Amino acid sequence: MKKYAGAILATLLTTTFAAADPVDDTLVLNEETTMVTRTAAPAHVSDALDEVMSGWLFRGTETRAMQADDFDNPGMIFVEQAQEVWETADGSEGKSCSSCHNDMDSMAGVKATYPKWNEAAGEVRTLQMQVNDCRTNRMGAEAWKYDSGTAINMEAALSSVSRGMPVNVAIDGPAQSTWEMGKELYYTRTGQLELSCANCHEDSYGMMIRADHLSQGQINGFPVYRLKNTKLNGAHSRFKGCVRDTRAETYSPGSPEFVALELYVASRGNGLSVEGPSIRN
Amino acid sequence: MKSFVISVAAVGCIATAAFAADIEPTAVSYEDGAVSQSLSGQPGDAANGRLIVGDKGQGNCVACHQVSDLADVPFQGEIGPMLDGAGDRWTEAELRGIVSNAKIMFEDSMMPAFYKTEGFIRPGNAYTGKAADDTFGPLLSAQQIEDVVAYLTTLKD
Ligand code: HEC
Ligand code: HEC
Ligand code: HEC
Repeated sequence: MKKYAGAILATLLTTTFAAADPVDDTLVLNEETTMVTRTAAPAHVSDALDEVMSGWLFRGTETRAMQADDFDNPGMIFVEQAQEVWETADGSEGKSCSSCHNDMDSMAGVKATYPKWNEAAGEVRTLQMQVNDCRTNRMGAEAWKYDSGTAINMEAALSSVSRGMPVNVAIDGPAQSTWEMGKELYYTRTGQLELSCANCHEDSYGMMIRADHLSQGQINGFPVYRLKNTKLNGAHSRFKGCVRDTRAETYSPGSPEFVALELYVASRGNGLSVEGPSIRN
Repeated sequence: MKSFVISVAAVGCIATAAFAADIEPTAVSYEDGAVSQSLSGQPGDAANGRLIVGDKGQGNCVACHQVSDLADVPFQGEIGPMLDGAGDRWTEAELRGIVSNAKIMFEDSMMPAFYKTEGFIRPGNAYTGKAADDTFGPLLSAQQIEDVVAYLTTLKD
């Protein structure tokens, strides 16, 4: 009897350990688009990682399956809502996004290059910043609050038309100083627990931290629909949660610090497919 | 989360009021990463230490470590080594040093310092995401450290 119980315990332990590695699986979207969920690390992170991996590889079988088919992906409901907003006039100029940009499909490839340097504004802009620029300066409409429902739904819609394309953010030229600021933040050990992004997502990915299976903390899948709060969540909100979990004073979504961190983290995933909206627990 | 913050604050008050003999976090003396004197001046309670190690709202050591003796606690992490046999590998003074501030024994360790109040970057008010205020104290009280150390010394192979 004792021996038998021991064997079961051993099996349980083995299963736990096996579950901790990224799965060996391929994400094929809607049975047609094969996504790159792991690839050689881009040159600027090759000193730290050999391979970069999508967070999709670290999630359970059912969560992964939900993301493979648009009919099962609850994030696509929010994409549809944004599609309507895209065509609805707003602001003093009586214009909608489609007045200037035609179909949402015209935005294919855009998400893969953001955050991106904007020459006229002299700053690195996230997609949400660019959308708000169109709203305030071209439509005479109010800016959307950072990572709020409407803003994140639009980001997901813009992402959805780039799915399968490789993330390709530029880190040199005028964007370099912002990128370096992001890198500095990534390696800074914050809060009373003195943990950096790298402690969890570079040194410990694949391991369990309590009940959580640590991924590389990539953002190619953002915005993500979380089963936990049943809505779309932005990368800055995720950063905020992670910083809070180090028992630190966080930065705010949309802050210069998180814009820089977004550029840096996005660049660590250069080469992975754009996946948003993806599904996470 | 709120109730946790309050309970920690309450513990803090009792600790200050009742155990004025505590060695302050800023006054602990480390020798090669070890601390020989009891931080509270009292012996530790291993049974309570066992609870602290497994409790999410207290030490939450199982976030990173597995302990076979705590098989009843689900979801033990894998970041640090298994604590089984820690009482054989380390002396009581070494264990006290490791739990109080592991970064002295293990350079750049990922393990948080449980009895330290200074030198943090952007310290927060527990898990609220807000800045620390004047209720800021060490992660564990002096007596809680002693309890954890007492428990760790019982972990023999
Ligand atoms: C009156 C015209 C106009 C309207 C209305 C408008 N935009 Fe734009 N949008 C532009 C122009 C012009 C640019 C190029 C800006 C630049 O490069 O500085 C642009 C750029 C963009 C970009 C970045 C494209 C890239 O390749 O980097 C995005 C994303 C975008 N708009 C989204 C939106 C959304 C979403 C809306 C509605 C909420 C909207 N726009 C409304 C004119 C408009
Ligand atoms: C204490 C450990 C810890 C630290 C420190 C930490 N994270 Fe996380 N992070 C997690 C956990 C746990 C998850 C959820 C599981 C996963 O996807 O890794 C997560 C998830 C993420 C995700 C979502 C990945 C996905 O595919 O859904 C991103 C992005 C992320 N973290 C970025 C960061 C950044 C940037 C920092 C530093 C500012 C950071 N994290 C610091 C523990 C941490
Ligand atoms: C965020 C992760 C983390 C947490 C939380 C944590 N530890 Fe650790 N611990 C580590 C790591 C990593 C090591 C390995 C030392 C190093 O950094 O090289 C370690 C080492 C140790 C060791 C020495 C291990 C050995 O047997 O050789 C002991 C004892 C220990 N920890 C006890 C604790 C106790 C008790 C707690 C809670 C009060 C705790 N740890 C919380 C990460 C952690």
